Amino acid sequence: MESLSVTHLTIVILLLTFLYFLFGRHRAYSVAKTNGGLKGMHSLPSHYGTLVALWCAIPALLIMVLWKLFEPAVVDSLLASSIPDAIHAQGEKSVSLYRNEINNAVDSGKIDSLLDPVKQATATRLDGLQKNATLGLFVLVLCTAIVLGVLALKRITPKLTARHRVEAVIKGFLLLCASIAILTTLGIVLSVLFESIRFFGQVNIFDFVTGVKWSPQTAIRTDQVGSTGSFGAVPLFTGTLLISLIAMIVAVPFGLMSAIYLAEYASPRMRAIVKPLLEMLAGIPTVVYGVFAALTVAPIIKDIGQSVGLSVASESALAAGLVMGIMIIPFVSSLSDDVITAVPQSMRDGSFGLGATHSETIRKVVIPAALPGIVGGVLLAASRAIGETMIVVMAAGLAANLTANPLEAVTTVTVQIVTLLTGDQEFDSAKTLAAFALGLMLFVATLILNVIALIVVRRYREQYE
Amino acid sequence: MSDETTQRVRATLKKRYLKEKLFRGFGITAIAASLGFLVILLGSIIYKGMPAFQATYLKVDITLNEDTLGVGGTVSDAEMQGANFSGAIKSAMRDRFPDVKKRKAKKNLYALVSSGAEYALAEYMINNREQFGQTVSLWLLADDEADALIKRNKDLSKPIRRGEFKNDSSALVTRLNKDQLGWLQSFKDAGDTDVRISSTFFTNGNSREPEQAGIRAALVGSAYTLLITFALSFPIAVAAAIYLEEFAPQNRWTDLVEVNINNLAAVPSIVFGLLGLAVFINYLQLPRSAPVVGGVVLSLMTLPTIIISSRAALKAVPPSIREAARGLGASPVQVVTHHVLPLAMPGILTGTIIGLAQALGETAPLLMIGMVAFIVDIPGSVTDPSTVLPVQVFLWADAPERAFTERTSAAIMVLLAFLIVMNLAAVLLRKKFERRW
Repeated sequence: MESLSVTHLTIVILLLTFLYFLFGRHRAYSVAKTNGGLKGMHSLPSHYGTLVALWCAIPALLIMVLWKLFEPAVVDSLLASSIPDAIHAQGEKSVSLYRNEINNAVDSGKIDSLLDPVKQATATRLDGLQKNATLGLFVLVLCTAIVLGVLALKRITPKLTARHRVEAVIKGFLLLCASIAILTTLGIVLSVLFESIRFFGQVNIFDFVTGVKWSPQTAIRTDQVGSTGSFGAVPLFTGTLLISLIAMIVAVPFGLMSAIYLAEYASPRMRAIVKPLLEMLAGIPTVVYGVFAALTVAPIIKDIGQSVGLSVASESALAAGLVMGIMIIPFVSSLSDDVITAVPQSMRDGSFGLGATHSETIRKVVIPAALPGIVGGVLLAASRAIGETMIVVMAAGLAANLTANPLEAVTTVTVQIVTLLTGDQEFDSAKTLAAFALGLMLFVATLILNVIALIVVRRYREQYE
Repeated sequence: MSDETTQRVRATLKKRYLKEKLFRGFGITAIAASLGFLVILLGSIIYKGMPAFQATYLKVDITLNEDTLGVGGTVSDAEMQGANFSGAIKSAMRDRFPDVKKRKAKKNLYALVSSGAEYALAEYMINNREQFGQTVSLWLLADDEADALIKRNKDLSKPIRRGEFKNDSSALVTRLNKDQLGWLQSFKDAGDTDVRISSTFFTNGNSREPEQAGIRAALVGSAYTLLITFALSFPIAVAAAIYLEEFAPQNRWTDLVEVNINNLAAVPSIVFGLLGLAVFINYLQLPRSAPVVGGVVLSLMTLPTIIISSRAALKAVPPSIREAARGLGASPVQVVTHHVLPLAMPGILTGTIIGLAQALGETAPLLMIGMVAFIVDIPGSVTDPSTVLPVQVFLWADAPERAFTERTSAAIMVLLAFLIVMNLAAVLLRKKFERRW
């Protein structure tokens, strides 16, 4: 019911806005008539209409949003007085329990179903408060919209710089939209940082970064064995690095050689066919690679290992790393392709003129010249590998092993984040908060890699432009 | 002197040419291998997924009367719906194999037919009332294990792959036992098995029974999520791109925005999931598992992609257009809305489609905000709990029943089909409207 009324209100405001636009435009025409035609007006009639409409809509919508933000808090404090003291005395938990029961009864419209008369009284009061609040909101918002609209209509004169004002509002809106990127970053940093600080209040940051035992299971009773869990993240870091390393060992040679061939040797026709096909590898969702790794590649690797007498875990790091490497090939190849084609032709011509073969030119002239850009691309690919989630969630293990053997199962930072946070969870437990601490590590690590890569690539680009 | 140099060069020439050939060979090998991976990946998925579009049916003679159903022939539809159809199927199976006596053996016999067959039978009865009291031959949906064997046309007389045949690769991998295989064989010998193209996969929601599980709920969930993503990310991204390309002054704030956009484009998607969980679910108390939250998170994630490509499209509009419009008296905002934006629109739309395709395939952030629920019902609005196609793939891939493997691969085929269509649309759009100035 509550959200419905807001929807209704929004629709009413939008209708009013449209009406005011028509009024404003009409009034501009009639003002123009008495002032020597449209030439005497500063702006077009539609600008005046838009200005009036904006005056009607923006303050009203702002008030609505602010009201809705503060309404729960105000209702809460007003209601607190009608909650019995006995319940207040029992502490915060029972108050919120009591509130929940009342809320449910009011939301479902079944106040009568509450048996306790005290509860009924509270519920009736809450119901009344909510109804009053909704009514108040309606009256206030509609009055604002209508009054400001009328005032704006009155102010339409030939000298009113309507277009400038409308365009200023539009530019403000554009700036706001552009700033959402900053807001997003801020949101990520704050949410991850805030929870991480709470985590490090419970678990020593030093233990987290240097500990070698990861078992986040916290017991229900505090006197049980291993009641606190242990949060040594080193096995996760090494697991992540191992899988990413395998991925890079696959992706760099294949990606780089494909890029070199496409940029230097391939005919334009072959390039036109092969390049989109390679990019298809990048367009395939990661969950598909995960399925491929878990259901196709891992069993094959296990069978091969067994046939030569090696013990291979069914969730080996090798399977996840190999498939991740395949996924990353197009990143490496398309970034390298860009930098290789950006190397000036004159450098190649010089090398050819000295009698070098094509491959010698590539190895001794083109690659060294393009190296910074290639390194940048490889770093970006590495950051992608570290942050990749679905392949490892499906194909890598859950147990934290501190090992460098690619045939064993290892776990990664992203796998642990997903395992810790999927399903029902208590939001304040160290187990859940640990996921945010891992998220912070992940964010910082990829950020550093990205920044270095961007700086390297930019510096390189400037060199030849 | 020069002769000597020539000699030395000549001597090494063969080796150098060999190296040149080898190098070229490496290049071709790398490309061939990469494309080979693509083919293997797609091939294995198509091979595994094709059977999901078919279903096996068993022909059974079912007596539909008051004895078997427990209701009369003239009761209301609702009462008929509640009649004992599963009992009717069971007695039909018993009639077919009268020498099955033991309780456990009977249970195994009933297990050959899907548990969903009774609902199909109920619907049939309601639509064909005149057949009440008769014995009719009907095709019933088979259970997933029987289905897998019949569809792949396996030799049912082979030993089952367990015990002494554990390492025999020609043995059957199945959960059915020897008796069940025998009954299945007798169905097959009598010509009472049929493999048909089935639409269940597209019309059903998720189910614990693989042969009844479908992707409809996930498809609808994906559609809602994508709708929200588009509605949020397209206008915001276009506005941001216009600001940065056309109006932004050279100052610190603009630099900050640009750096942020570039960085966000490379932030791992799971971090956006953490943001969604902390801000939208825990702080703003929005509903878990809802497409509206998923859409908001995905639009934050796709914004940088769309902004970057929209900026490229705006940049491609030549300055002369802007100057001409300014010269005719248009204000800066009018220049953009009347001239630059319409000209850049095909490029912007192309970027948007590619960004949305990315969002459609995204899984990790949605796991964080709880879109991993088991969804049977088709979600009716953007606030209903739902799941999306890639998450459905993830859930099925984890399921223990082997029959879910083919569902997994089939769902991937559907997902890839959507992605291919979207990318083709983007390519066509670019081809058709791209202008060279």
